Amino acid sequence: MAQKSFRQALNEALHFEMGRDPRVIMMGEDLTGGAGANGVKDAWGGPFGVTRGLLDAFGPERIRDTPISEAAFIGAAAGAALTGLRPIAEIMFVDFAGVCLDQIMNQAAKFRFMFGGRAKTPLVIRATYGAGSRSGSQHTQALYPIFTHIPGLKVVIPSTPYDAKGLLLQAIRDDDPVIFLEHKMLYDTVGEVPDGAYTIPFGEARVARDGKDVLIIAIGRMVQVAEEAARKLAAEGISACIIDPRTTSPLDEDTLLEFTETIGRVVIVDEANPRCSVATDISALLADKCFDALKAPIKLVTAPHAPVPYAPNLEDAYIPSADAVVKAATSIIKR
Amino acid sequence: MSALQFSREELVNVYRTMRTIRRFEERVMQEMGTGDIPGNTHLYAGQEASAVGVCLQLRDDDYISSTHRGHGHSIAKGVDIDGMMAELFGRASGTCGGKGGSMHIADLRKGMLGANGIVAAGAPITCGAALSAKLLGTGQVAVAFAGDGAMNEGVMSESFNLAKIWMLPIIFVIEDNGFGEATANAYVSAGSFTRRAESYDIPAIEVDGTDVFSVYAAAGEAVERARAGGGPTMLHVHVPRYYGHYSGDPDTYRTPEEKAAMRRERDCLSNFRKRVKEVSLVEMAELDAVDAAVEAEIDRAVSAARAAPFPPLAALTTDVYVKYL
Repeated sequence: MAQKSFRQALNEALHFEMGRDPRVIMMGEDLTGGAGANGVKDAWGGPFGVTRGLLDAFGPERIRDTPISEAAFIGAAAGAALTGLRPIAEIMFVDFAGVCLDQIMNQAAKFRFMFGGRAKTPLVIRATYGAGSRSGSQHTQALYPIFTHIPGLKVVIPSTPYDAKGLLLQAIRDDDPVIFLEHKMLYDTVGEVPDGAYTIPFGEARVARDGKDVLIIAIGRMVQVAEEAARKLAAEGISACIIDPRTTSPLDEDTLLEFTETIGRVVIVDEANPRCSVATDISALLADKCFDALKAPIKLVTAPHAPVPYAPNLEDAYIPSADAVVKAATSIIKR
Repeated sequence: MSALQFSREELVNVYRTMRTIRRFEERVMQEMGTGDIPGNTHLYAGQEASAVGVCLQLRDDDYISSTHRGHGHSIAKGVDIDGMMAELFGRASGTCGGKGGSMHIADLRKGMLGANGIVAAGAPITCGAALSAKLLGTGQVAVAFAGDGAMNEGVMSESFNLAKIWMLPIIFVIEDNGFGEATANAYVSAGSFTRRAESYDIPAIEVDGTDVFSVYAAAGEAVERARAGGGPTMLHVHVPRYYGHYSGDPDTYRTPEEKAAMRRERDCLSNFRKRVKEVSLVEMAELDAVDAAVEAEIDRAVSAARAAPFPPLAALTTDVYVKYL
């Protein structure tokens, strides 16, 4: 199978689905870059190069560079989804969702329910998230707990190039609003990605690594951290299993419960802030549903309850590390 | 535009719709008093000529979006009043199965994209509907109704910009009843609304919203421009608001004299009767008959709503997603 980057996997999904379904359109800031500049088109191919080539393939009616105006174009995407199109709107950094949260939280998420089931909202909002780029507090948050909290939204956080392509195709074909979050430090990671189209259903966790001594549940980029930790644990003779939920809404409760029942020791690794987070939510679920199977307390490895800092040493310390995961795992193995 | 340009039948229809909105609202106010309508409602009475004048220019498949004060727009766009009344009573037979309520009435079959509990939120959504119409080549237009209060939300300006750069088939209808909730527009709005639109190169028309013929004429110009690919238009419609901001509002910021004068001098229904009488197109007795028929229709809607069942408890978790997780 071909080796492709996370960025390339996403680009292939967008190309494929726009070619297949003429109702799919895209809008966002600098989606191509260079619109309106003298003779320059698709200069950026999107701020992270994910949307390169789409303008040539599908033209400016379907690939729309928007004004810096999130509330207007996310709202327009929601309205277009309600009236027959299947828009993909891009929020350059998920931090900017604050500017247009009304349109996500009060409008798109609620159309179907408020209208008594007589509406659907096939909207995908793509956004980058995550720390590691030295970009300071307003361009680096992992805000998926906010969206996961809101009924009506589906939240997708791929961790591999293979999953990125399959989950994005699924997101575009889904008739509900989907928040699709791409960690900017994952764009250059490489993995096996088939050339053709394939979808990955929402609400199905992936077993990223088999193991029997400790279960590590990791989200998004934290799957990489968990894998590094698992290698270190293996060197100490500890066998770690890694589960990647892939979507936090819907959440694959069954798989999480099943593996917890079998293994009995759990570490949850989450880049988001810890209060009211996905990590605390999963922890509460496991404590509620399989307390008797637990051989030790559930350990959470998360960012601190603080904004993402700028100074390199602070940002590095902010992001959950493999060593912190190893420490958490060994602390419960020894019990 | 004068009454003479309408047929007799059209005049009676215009009157019927305005009267239906008025009686719907008066009856809702009355029923709020019985406690059988949950929560609160925001009543449109006094503003009927605006919704009716605009919607009369629209096709059945054109889109509108509305505000907190959405009953009038819904009725003018053809949403069934039995369903609306049942929705206000929170019943399963309501427009939204009892899950929306007064502030969220929507009916996509009639192009009604929803009243909205968030001020100005309908504007970008309606830009999206206009974009759908444009890209799918359907020839539809979209109307975003908003109040004077919405004009001070940033998203309104953003929507003007988007509508113009994308040349969307959209009409922004700003219904200025003089108050954003309880605060006078004059106290919180700088400059002029029409100049705000004009600064985006969006043509703007100031309209007397107590005269359905003036609204109809202005909306006609705007709809024609939108359908011909000429982009957005803004109508700044001046209307009275008969009740307070919401149904429980004691409305203490206006004097009884002011309110009496408003009803005496700025009533779109009396205005309509006067204009029609002048040109002798319709007998007043015929309009009286419309009043009686509307009365009976609203009575039936209230009785049916009251007799209808509440939604089943299972409805609590349906319609969150296309398929519940």
